[in-house]
Amino acid sequence: MLKYLPLLWSNLGRKRMRTTLTLASIIIAFLLFGLLQTMKAALTGGADLAGIDRLMTIHKVSLIQSLPASYLNRVRGVEGVKVATLQNWFGGIYQDDRTQIAAFAVEPELFFDVYPEYSLPPEQKANWIADRGSIIVGNSIAQRFGWKVGQKIALRSNIFTNKNGTTAWDFNIAGIFSATNGDQSSVYFHYNYFNESRTFGTDEIGMIVMRIADPDQAPQIAAKVDALFANSSTETKTSTEKAFVQGFANQLGNIGALITWVASAVFFTMLLVSANTMGQSIRERLNEIGVMKTLGFSSATVTSLVLGEALLVTALGGFIGLALATAMAGVVAQAAQQFFPTLGMPREAWIVGSALIVVLGGLAALLPCMQAFRLKIVDALRKT
Amino acid sequence: MATNIFNQIGTITAMNLRNMSARLASSIVALVGIAGVVTVLVGVLSIREGFRAVLDESGAPDVAIVLRNGATDELGSGLSLEQTRAIADSTLIARNADGALASAELYVVVDVPMKSTGTAANVPLRGVGPQAPHLRQNFKIVAGRMFRPGTFEVIVGRGASTQFAGLTVGNTLRWGTTDWTVTGIFEDKGSVSESEIWTADSVLQNAYNRGPSYQSLRAKLTSAAAFQPFKDALTSDPRLNVRAFTERQYYQEQSRSLTTLVSTIGAAIAILMGLGAIFAALNTMYSAVSARTREIATLRAMGFGAAPVVTSVLTEGVLLGLAGGAIGALIAYFAFNGVRASTINFASFSQISFAFTVTPALLVQALIYAIALGLIGGLLPSLRAARMPIATGLREL
Repeated sequence: MLKYLPLLWSNLGRKRMRTTLTLASIIIAFLLFGLLQTMKAALTGGADLAGIDRLMTIHKVSLIQSLPASYLNRVRGVEGVKVATLQNWFGGIYQDDRTQIAAFAVEPELFFDVYPEYSLPPEQKANWIADRGSIIVGNSIAQRFGWKVGQKIALRSNIFTNKNGTTAWDFNIAGIFSATNGDQSSVYFHYNYFNESRTFGTDEIGMIVMRIADPDQAPQIAAKVDALFANSSTETKTSTEKAFVQGFANQLGNIGALITWVASAVFFTMLLVSANTMGQSIRERLNEIGVMKTLGFSSATVTSLVLGEALLVTALGGFIGLALATAMAGVVAQAAQQFFPTLGMPREAWIVGSALIVVLGGLAALLPCMQAFRLKIVDALRKT
Repeated sequence: MATNIFNQIGTITAMNLRNMSARLASSIVALVGIAGVVTVLVGVLSIREGFRAVLDESGAPDVAIVLRNGATDELGSGLSLEQTRAIADSTLIARNADGALASAELYVVVDVPMKSTGTAANVPLRGVGPQAPHLRQNFKIVAGRMFRPGTFEVIVGRGASTQFAGLTVGNTLRWGTTDWTVTGIFEDKGSVSESEIWTADSVLQNAYNRGPSYQSLRAKLTSAAAFQPFKDALTSDPRLNVRAFTERQYYQEQSRSLTTLVSTIGAAIAILMGLGAIFAALNTMYSAVSARTREIATLRAMGFGAAPVVTSVLTEGVLLGLAGGAIGALIAYFAFNGVRASTINFASFSQISFAFTVTPALLVQALIYAIALGLIGGLLPSLRAARMPIATGLREL
């Protein structure tokens, strides 16, 4: 088959303009496909990155309601819980009201035990734990605002007020972390510092995050935790981090379905376009195919040549498009990181993309292939 | 001479259009390409229009919203009873027989499962005062009855009732340690309120251990012009530490990031898909021109000028664009217009329900875009047709 490659190649060069245009529309189709997959992963894929051994406990009625801080110690006593810590949403704003930041009050001593995917140089980590007024910030948010280690920043809260009469808290940046789960835009600071200085909500916590020894035991442990507080005035709801993140992503509505729908519309359109052009270029060469058959090329060979040509164009365009999408996914991630953590184009996009290349090329070649296969030499040669 | 050119243009264009049927397959492909682009474009942008319609409907210029200073939304705000009373005393607030048209409100979110995914979503639960219905111009109960103050009864917005499970009249829901009964469904001409659940303020304060505190105060002012003096009076009052917005400003601010996101995604898809459609149109028009090489050359030999040839090819492109655009717009209109959905608005951390809205302006915009695609697709091939040396063209098979 490989010996026919030069023949296929020169066939593509016969009408340069047409090949270029077909190629271009296939590139666009796959570029869009790659970008849509990136977006879908960013909007809904957080769940795949969630730790399988982490559980979250929140107020049963809603995430916005707090739990008593005393719950934390009771959760720590549950069998199977390795480590448990708290998290409190701060409602962070930096400078302008519109620049909202994901800011959390946490326990620095336990933070990395619960979230091993966050990494920080050891001396920065030590400084953060030692300095109550310090904060660690994600890579990309540090870049966005030009923050440096050692800098002092003021974050405002759109929920809490400080005992000093303002809504602002001062923090020293102790470190800049990177996280393998794509969360490069959050900031974390000391719960104790925050708890002592806020005017209301003292000794309340937003949620409890725990790591468990055996992920298979997750449902049982979650049930045990919730049973601790059943029938109290503050009941809880414990779920795996994956379920929590998934549920949160679902709040966006059925985005996944919408994106799939758009992608299918794009593909249907592109399939028509390329099938038509490929069909056209075969029809114009029926004469030539007749000559090839006369020379002794079998129907099967001729058909596979037509198929090969279609696959070659689709594969060429498809892989260029996917490569472009990978490159552009970085730009998209930069733009979208204010809303969601992203990790670029998911690897599955390459696999699904490759499958689509075969399907698209095959479907486009279907009609011309049948024509080439059935073609009678006499008929072909009679046509001028 | 001038009339001659127009005659020529007319003749060639008419001939061109008559024999478009000979190139049916490739014309249909270009048509479908453009129609596809327009459908997707209109579909995505109708989401943005849907948000906008909800927020426009919600934002009266003569209704003020007062929040605690520093708060950017009701969820993060807090006002004491004394503060709300002091604000409601303002002479700039309109009055009816029951007193000032002001409503101090609480705003919390409760988990209610979405019908589409079955997972919990943040649905706003609002505790309102007796004047609240008068602050929403088009408020009306469309099923059941109003809640009775002092009981665990709620009324549900029409949007919330269609998007979330169990929000039907007569149904009982359990949030925390309390059972709530739905007694009615209300409408407010599609405003944000329709995404909410309402109960009496005092009931919600008790259920949430809030004591006599509120989160926002809504007031109908005597006129839109009264807002500035009202705001100045509040911000200069030493007893208060609050900020005021008109309802319109407030909802514009709330929806900004969501509408920006949808517009950006819509624009990106439109541009990329548009490029794809241009390639399809170019392909079609190039093959149309190349199939008619001899015909065009013959025409030129007979004395037809280059301009009529260019115009005829361009017209074909524009017509393809127009037809594709019209088909796409129709599909989008019937497939999307009025479809209800809901999503989370990060600014208020709660669900907002909306309807995909295909506006006439959107349709016009899409048609113009489609015509532009057809025009660009026709331009290069038309130039090639015009530039071709006559002798070469005649010789071509």
